[in-house]
Amino acid sequence: MWEYTDKVQDHFMNPRNVGEIENPSGVGDVGSLACGDALKLTIKVDENGIITDAKFKTFGCASAIASSSALTEMIKGMPVTEAEKITNEDIAEALGGLPKEKMHCSVMGREALEAAIADYRGVILPMAEGEVVCECFGVTDLEIIRAIRESELRSVEEITNFTKAGGGCGKCEDRLREILQQTVEGIAAEPRKQQKPRRMTTLQKIKKIEEVLEREIKPTLKKDGGDIELVDVDGDFVTVSLRGSCSSCHKSQTTLKEYVEKKLREQVIDTLIVEEER
Amino acid sequence: MMDCGSDNVIYMDNNATTRIAPEVLDAMMPFLTDCYGNPSSMHTFGGQVGRALQEAREQIAELIGADPEEIIFTSCGTESDSTAILSALQTLPENRHVVTTRVEHPAVKNLCENLTTLTGHKHRLTRLRVEADGTLDMQQYRDSLSEDTAIVSVMWANNETGVIFPVEEMAALARERNILFHTDAVQAVGKIPINMRENEINFLSISGHKLHAPKGVGVLYIRKGTPFVPFLNGGHQEHGRRGGTENVASIVGLGRACQLAGEKLEEENTRVRKMRDRLEQGLLSTIPKSMLNGHPEKRLPNTTNISFEYVEGEAILLHMNQYNICASSGSACTSGSLEPSHVLRAMGVPFTAAHGSIRFSLSIYNTEEEVDFVLEKMPAIIAKLRAMSPFWKE
Repeated sequence: MWEYTDKVQDHFMNPRNVGEIENPSGVGDVGSLACGDALKLTIKVDENGIITDAKFKTFGCASAIASSSALTEMIKGMPVTEAEKITNEDIAEALGGLPKEKMHCSVMGREALEAAIADYRGVILPMAEGEVVCECFGVTDLEIIRAIRESELRSVEEITNFTKAGGGCGKCEDRLREILQQTVEGIAAEPRKQQKPRRMTTLQKIKKIEEVLEREIKPTLKKDGGDIELVDVDGDFVTVSLRGSCSSCHKSQTTLKEYVEKKLREQVIDTLIVEEER
Repeated sequence: MMDCGSDNVIYMDNNATTRIAPEVLDAMMPFLTDCYGNPSSMHTFGGQVGRALQEAREQIAELIGADPEEIIFTSCGTESDSTAILSALQTLPENRHVVTTRVEHPAVKNLCENLTTLTGHKHRLTRLRVEADGTLDMQQYRDSLSEDTAIVSVMWANNETGVIFPVEEMAALARERNILFHTDAVQAVGKIPINMRENEINFLSISGHKLHAPKGVGVLYIRKGTPFVPFLNGGHQEHGRRGGTENVASIVGLGRACQLAGEKLEEENTRVRKMRDRLEQGLLSTIPKSMLNGHPEKRLPNTTNISFEYVEGEAILLHMNQYNICASSGSACTSGSLEPSHVLRAMGVPFTAAHGSIRFSLSIYNTEEEVDFVLEKMPAIIAKLRAMSPFWKE
């Protein structure tokens, strides 16, 4: 039996936004009956490029249905330009995590979203153009390379968990190993970017937050006669107190969200929520 | 003490495992408490335990029409399967051909597919096809037997569909050519009559937990005169045919379970069969686009495997779980692999149906009320999932 989080179970038992939008702005149709899971995502986009509605129909297991349901909740009300940045990890995270063998369900969600956005824009996705590596599930090399890079996959088993490639007859295993090796070597040869960790302990967060406050945020605020102190970190909630001219500034909330929170998210972890001490 | 809530579940997954019969537990208790002697000991304290083992051996032999000396105790069905097949390959070292089917349990399937690694020799493997109804292609079987075939291993009844194979007829054909014959009978023993005196099968595997005895005990029947090499070497237990101190309490439990199975065999084939048929016909008639997997007659009395098209098995099972209904699925997502059941694929069940297959396997402990409850809940579960399936059209 799979260990599903309460969120997965909730989205599975009470799925949100089931159905199909009539006259949709974009349709994303991915997966197939043969593969064992399939998702049809329909979206409505208004003249400002905001996704006003999203509905899904899914054939698949609990995590496929839950991933689809969570995805529709995430993108409703979101500008297309934001929605296109959603990764499969974001979907999995919204569900409080998925069993590793089920990560491909979140990948299916992202693929459907991409397909729907591409359909809305009238463009053709490049992913389908690659060379088919896994014939059982019709997975192309481009999809595999992307999964390796985005989710930092390091074994053939992980590739199967995320893309299903190699999960059928297994004939493509050698080719998968080859692609994995080439891709990993390619990543190693690239100039190292400052990588943000995906998960941090509270202690790591505090240290890093203090460092960013000292190095960047405080000096900037001090230029305008203001200052900031870290009060508490509880999970992703960062409580700060604004001092000096900031404390009386009517724009302090904007400063907090637009500047402090943005900086901390960029440099520490992008799930942080900054609040002012009351 | 941990409470799993067995009083509240509707358990229709008896091909996976069964509850221990209360009579079996009673028979076992003395050997988990007072009677802890080693059956191999010289003293009376241990010796009396040895007599209990002998009685269990007789009870098991009685159920399958064997002699007690033809029974050896093992740790599980898988050990019995491995013991039989690997023994045959060692006693017939020149014969490098093995015949099995495409629908065996992994205990036999994976063993046969990995023989080279296990024996260091390259073996040819014939995996017999099955028809759409899950029955074997007997012509292919006849053609497959050759000069260098060492052993044929064919299950007596399939765990997923319940389809029964003509193993006695097949064993006779093998015997004509001096080929050894093994059958994995873990699903058949206790559900259908078996009489080893009326066939020529060399090896037969039994698993305790499939017939209301505990997990962790099995039996290998070895016909008198069959060449044999042990799998577990060690002490002189089982007349040197299987080393290792006997799992006394479980063996005694299995003996009692076999005795009970003999007494309940008729009930299994009347009351249980009727409940199964009512469940099956009820589901097929109230749920559109549902179909039976497997031959309708050549089948165990307790098993039904039904596909609900355009929905996925794990999702069905989790909804059933909300009502405490326990069953199994041949869908990819429940297996841990990404492909649906090898049995359904071998039968050519279309993908639209294979992913949505549910196996109900009943036992004498099921009731008519439970069947009513399942019949009441299933249509809404399937309808709810179909409503969100992109392939479902009213």
